[in-house]
Amino acid sequence: MESKETKKSEARLMKGNEALAEAAIRAEIDAYFGYPITPQTEVIEYLTREVPLRENCKTIVLQAESEVASINMVYGAAGAGARVMTSSSSPGISLMQEGISYIAAAQLPCLLVNVVRGGPGLGTIQPSQGDYFQSTKGGGHGDYRLIVLAPASVQEMADFVFDGFKLAEKYRNPVLSLSDGALGQMMEKVVLPEAGSLKKTPAPWATTGKTKNREHNIITSLFMQSEEMEQVNLQMQEKYKSMQKEVRYEEIKVDDAEFLLVAFGLSSRICQKTVDLAREKGIKVGLLRPITLYPFPYDRLKELSNQVEFMLTVEMNAGQMVEDVRLAVEGKVPVHFTGRMGGMVLSPEEILHKIESIHESLTTANV
Amino acid sequence: MNEKLYLEDEENLGTKELEGYENVYCRPDTLTDVPFHYCPGCGHSVVHKVLMEVIDELGIQEETIGVAPVGCSVFAYNYMNVDMQEAAHGRATAVATGIRRVLPDKYVFSYQGDGDLAAIGTAETIHTVNRGENILMVFINNGIYGMTGGQMAPTSLIGQVTSTTPYGREAANVGNPIKIADLLCLLPGAYYVTRQAVYNSNGVRKLKKALVKAFEYQKQKKGTCFIEVVSNCPSGWKMTPVETIKYLEEQMIPMYPLGDLKVPQN
Repeated sequence: MESKETKKSEARLMKGNEALAEAAIRAEIDAYFGYPITPQTEVIEYLTREVPLRENCKTIVLQAESEVASINMVYGAAGAGARVMTSSSSPGISLMQEGISYIAAAQLPCLLVNVVRGGPGLGTIQPSQGDYFQSTKGGGHGDYRLIVLAPASVQEMADFVFDGFKLAEKYRNPVLSLSDGALGQMMEKVVLPEAGSLKKTPAPWATTGKTKNREHNIITSLFMQSEEMEQVNLQMQEKYKSMQKEVRYEEIKVDDAEFLLVAFGLSSRICQKTVDLAREKGIKVGLLRPITLYPFPYDRLKELSNQVEFMLTVEMNAGQMVEDVRLAVEGKVPVHFTGRMGGMVLSPEEILHKIESIHESLTTANV
Repeated sequence: MNEKLYLEDEENLGTKELEGYENVYCRPDTLTDVPFHYCPGCGHSVVHKVLMEVIDELGIQEETIGVAPVGCSVFAYNYMNVDMQEAAHGRATAVATGIRRVLPDKYVFSYQGDGDLAAIGTAETIHTVNRGENILMVFINNGIYGMTGGQMAPTSLIGQVTSTTPYGREAANVGNPIKIADLLCLLPGAYYVTRQAVYNSNGVRKLKKALVKAFEYQKQKKGTCFIEVVSNCPSGWKMTPVETIKYLEEQMIPMYPLGDLKVPQN
């Protein structure tokens, strides 16, 4: 079979999942461990197909017996200093939560990918953003945080593999790429990151075999003395504070906006169209798209609460990120929500209609 | 060694040559200078010591990475002076797989109890062996959950009284003791499977030989080596250490007979 390898960074048409997998090869990951689940199975299929065709590619690709095993293989490999990742979709990510908590607690760098499907339960294989809470507020047990990146295009599905590993290795923290079934499955133009351009951060703490010039390295999250456990927690909280500077967001026509849409991932793509439709009608709508969901752009939203009449959060869930938007604006402006669930996707017109009806109700109330 | 000399040189005991005495034994560098926290009479201490002696004697301390489980031996890394990772309950061999795959020329072992390996981690156990991962699995079977205070293990005997089988284990309710080592022999990935015990000096010697073999096979990348050690738990069994030896001989070993279960076919 012919490999899809090209060294140069030319534009290609690719599926989100495949662009992500190709970026992983180009990020020179040491290992990928995963288990098939729709709608992200193309990631492991692409890797098992492509890696053996690449000259000098030593990446380990292993289909594990479960997501539980995958995430613990990630733990072992990350603890041994490897650049390692896994990918899955919602129910599989739920199964991984114990392992993710251990990885966060042992402060191991790795990349996790959740191509979200509609839930709860077995749910559906269609796109959803129903895992926002799980991704940004914990998911597993204890006080830990993941850095959460939310791609909104096939380009970002690929780019955030590189960004994810950079952040993971910088902070010794797991990073989660949170997309959805549509971003995973759809094809778009993508310019892939250049192979070999991602430097590896040294890991002197890793279990690579105790040499004579150092004590034995131990990867653990167990500290039986409360005082010690609290200190470990305090150090982690300090680290999370220092991560706040990594906050990223995109603003579209926000400068003169009177009404602000807030949406991430696929929803933000739909909202872009809404902004255009609204502007055509002379309604000054802007869009703020959080790119990092943790850290969250609280400060910028707070600033914008002095400018806009109201905010409308658009999500493919029952209203999860909207809670963070409300926290950010501290009651200064009304924060509304609209969304669909179960794999359903809002149309730009539906969102525009919602803006108009909120605006109308405010105007009526003022009379 | 007389008592006076012992007291005077206690700090340096085993670490330097004493005038007029031949140094016949000292703590290997693979064991840290930390007293074991295990209950008096427990087999864990002996297995830790033998395992670390073998790693020392083979000269592979710098190339060995261990994985500690959840259970009484969760703190194995406090005593074993090699690089180690602490795994979630049942996941030691998945963690070991992750390590071994990215460090294919190192030695990797997991050290697991019966709850970890044969109950919550059964899927990982079977699939790790089925892949023939080049690791050593050391399985301590003492038929009880020691760390949580003496609950039924998958390997507890029929009729055995534990804190969750207060009237004795009944097969009709909670199933039979699971002979996981026998099950694993069916898998082509299992290269060497043996069952040993450390309640007497003969057993200790045999375990040591088995460990040496297992590391040798791992070096040759032959597949998974599995060493079960039928052990005791004075606290969990509510017995004196001496009574546990009698119970081991009369009850445990008839259920879990010692010896090689699968040896390399030449």
